[in-house]
Amino acid sequence: MCLAIPGKIVELVAGNPDLAVVDVSGVRRTIDTGLLADEPAVPGDWVLIHVGFAMSKISERDALDQMQTLADLGEHEAALEEVQGYGVLEENKGGP
Amino acid sequence: MRFVDEFRQPELITKAAEEIRRLADPNRHYRLMEVCGGHTHAIYRFGIKDLLPSNIELIHGPGCPVCVLPMGRIDDGLSMTEKPGVIFTAFGDMMRVPGTHGSPLEYKARGRDVRIVYSPMDALKLAQANPERHVAFFAIGFETTAPSTARTLMRARVLGIRNFSVFCNHVTIIPAIRAILDSPDMRLDAFIGPGHVSTVIGCRPYEWIAANEHKPIVVSGFEPVDILQSVVMILRQLREGRAEVENQYKRVVPWEGNGAALRAMAEVFQLRPYFEWRGLGFISQSALRIRDEYADWDAEQVFSVPGLRVTDPKAAQCGEVLKGVLKPAQCKLFGKECTPDYPIGALMVSSEGSCAAFYNYEHRKAVVAAAAE
Repeated sequence: MCLAIPGKIVELVAGNPDLAVVDVSGVRRTIDTGLLADEPAVPGDWVLIHVGFAMSKISERDALDQMQTLADLGEHEAALEEVQGYGVLEENKGGP
Repeated sequence: MRFVDEFRQPELITKAAEEIRRLADPNRHYRLMEVCGGHTHAIYRFGIKDLLPSNIELIHGPGCPVCVLPMGRIDDGLSMTEKPGVIFTAFGDMMRVPGTHGSPLEYKARGRDVRIVYSPMDALKLAQANPERHVAFFAIGFETTAPSTARTLMRARVLGIRNFSVFCNHVTIIPAIRAILDSPDMRLDAFIGPGHVSTVIGCRPYEWIAANEHKPIVVSGFEPVDILQSVVMILRQLREGRAEVENQYKRVVPWEGNGAALRAMAEVFQLRPYFEWRGLGFISQSALRIRDEYADWDAEQVFSVPGLRVTDPKAAQCGEVLKGVLKPAQCKLFGKECTPDYPIGALMVSSEGSCAAFYNYEHRKAVVAAAAE
């Protein structure tokens, strides 16, 4: 729950300005980006995700560092499990 | 002990560790509290203690949301599973936390409809997909997750989804720090400030710690080099007689926080007059409740929650460990009756709990070393 998971915004969801598809280590899921309203995320941005919500924008380098930190902490699999768990009811939506 | 060259950026680690040795006064004992459970996990995992001189002691703070929740709230939440038609949802971290009559996972094994979700928004979707059922979401967390719960409730209201409610257990970090500073058996020199909570609240809310309590606080990232650099920044302040809020984690934490997240929280939540914390007791204005405008989605209004107060198992000393008065291994149950496989206290459940972190990294290491002799 307290994992900060780095992901790259790959597309915005048409018709809902608060949703975007994010790519985390090849796993694509829809997340909520409404908490970035003051500095809206666009495709290509890297974000830190908590419980399905983008909480902050970060640089690509910091995103890769954060992924490495998760791996060093032994949390990489838990992070991917969490991301795979987002949108349990719409499993394949946003897939590659 | 880990060798420095196992880390990324070994030269930066060595440099920071040397700087710490240079700055630390050998005649002084330093007690630094890392507030955040994520830092506690990282400190054990990376063996940070081995890189510090022995007169710098790291005290684990109250920043593990699973750990600070008293058992009565878990029982209150689980009481909702008895109502017909209820789907009870919670984050995976909560599933093994013991209530008086078992953990959420054990309730599930007894046939109650208990499900893991990874996002509050998914609990809401579950409600949309099951209009004949009621989905209750057990919300926990500090300011890192509270804005997400707030947005989920805003969405429930906009969409008019009536078969969904939130059992709100969100807590706020500042009053917990204040309670620790007010605690007479606690002497601290400085704080390593939480990273992700600060992304939301920013750095200003810590200013009183520097101004009124005259203690440095450095908001820190989670990599080994971040934590060591934060210790350097703290030692410099102490040496120069300064007490300031500094931000080591600038690449993620803006000084003013996340305005949209703060607005979402203000829209949906208000402060409770008081809330019970495991180990710290009742702390005034330390937790969030759902505003009356959202009462239809407040599980405490929808269900008659018993409002239980349950004392922890007598022998367990979770409270003292949470306050930093005892080290995990000083608890009578540690590693004996209470282990990560059979946890008695919540601190042994979460990877951010200091008992689980100590057990998984220090205790196992010691047991292996003893066996090898």
